[in-house]
Amino acid sequence: MPQFQDPLLLSQAVWLLIIFGAFYFVLSSFVLPRVGSVLEDRAARISADLEAARASKQQADAALAELNAATAKARAEAQAAIAAAVADANAKAQAEAEALNAKLSQQIDAAEARISTARDAAMSAIGTVATETATALVSKLIGHADANAVQSAVGRSLASRGAA
Amino acid sequence: MAAEGKAIDALSQFELNTTLGPLGASVNFTQSNLHMLYAVIIVLALMTIGMGARALVPGRLQGLAESAYEFIMGMVVEQVGEEGKRYFPFVFALFMFVLLGNVLGLLPYAFTYTSHIVVTFGLAAIVIITVTGVALARHGWHFFGYFFPEGAPLWLAPIIIPVEVVSYLSRPLSLSIRLFANMVAGHVMLKVFATFVVMLAGLGVVGPVLSLLPLSLNVALMGFELLVAFLQAYVFAILTCIYLHDAVHLH
Repeated sequence: MPQFQDPLLLSQAVWLLIIFGAFYFVLSSFVLPRVGSVLEDRAARISADLEAARASKQQADAALAELNAATAKARAEAQAAIAAAVADANAKAQAEAEALNAKLSQQIDAAEARISTARDAAMSAIGTVATETATALVSKLIGHADANAVQSAVGRSLASRGAA
Repeated sequence: MAAEGKAIDALSQFELNTTLGPLGASVNFTQSNLHMLYAVIIVLALMTIGMGARALVPGRLQGLAESAYEFIMGMVVEQVGEEGKRYFPFVFALFMFVLLGNVLGLLPYAFTYTSHIVVTFGLAAIVIITVTGVALARHGWHFFGYFFPEGAPLWLAPIIIPVEVVSYLSRPLSLSIRLFANMVAGHVMLKVFATFVVMLAGLGVVGPVLSLLPLSLNVALMGFELLVAFLQAYVFAILTCIYLHDAVHLH
């Protein structure tokens, strides 16, 4: 086999050492550190991006919590305002209703007073008319009439009918 | 072993010749060494041109360069541990040198420098000297405790120590012979079947039909040899890592 008897074996091995040595030297001092730095840069960039994303998420979460709190607060405030407005309106409506009632009852009272004066007037007029009618009837029947007796009799009769 | 006339000549492919004209001849620079240079130039070109862009998102060439880097780095870290990163360039150089030697040899007219025991033994010697140097530098005289495990009965020392020494010294042999034998066997088989193709093709009418058989066998062998080329480079590199692990941790 040429692998065991070739005259060039030794020089081949010497050249192997030279070439492999140079290969190792160039790789270890120039080429591989460059590749390593690219990979490290990428790893650093990725972890930085992840860190930034995590920070952004935290910020977003905080903002969301803040928003929720603000919403709850606004809702509570709105509800309080609504309740206050409702109470206010109720109170106002009640006051107005009371004022209206008072005014109406006053008017009713006044009307009743007017009615009773009118009735009283009518009642007293009834007395006069009845007295005159009775006097005329009595004088037609018996020729004369005692005005005082007739008047008292009419008054009694009116009173007994409960004209009030 | 090269024989008469029409016989199969499977071994002349391993003969060394000087190359690069009279200059190469004056320094005994062989075609084997020229292929070493090709391998070195291809690897360095891949790793420098591929990484030239330093792109954040790698393209194809940069992806290839980075996969090679991360493949070997992963192997070193897994086998040796974090301290092994110092020896990563060494393992990377070995793996790439062996892989390119094996793969380049599969191209027509190319020479397979890993089919020479001188080359594989040279590489194995570099490995074993480096590993022993690392072990001595890290552990000093404790390194020799490696040959006599702690807790073994003292009267066994005359047996254990020679066994351990022989097993340590056989490492470069097994490392170099494994690669050498695989490469030689593969290329001899390829050559033998290729010769069959030519010989059968000359056998009259049926010859060309019959020659299809060794031809298809050679096609399959080519794929198999590609696998072996990668596998042997991987084995060479991972054994180096295991030896480095022993040197760094001493068992």
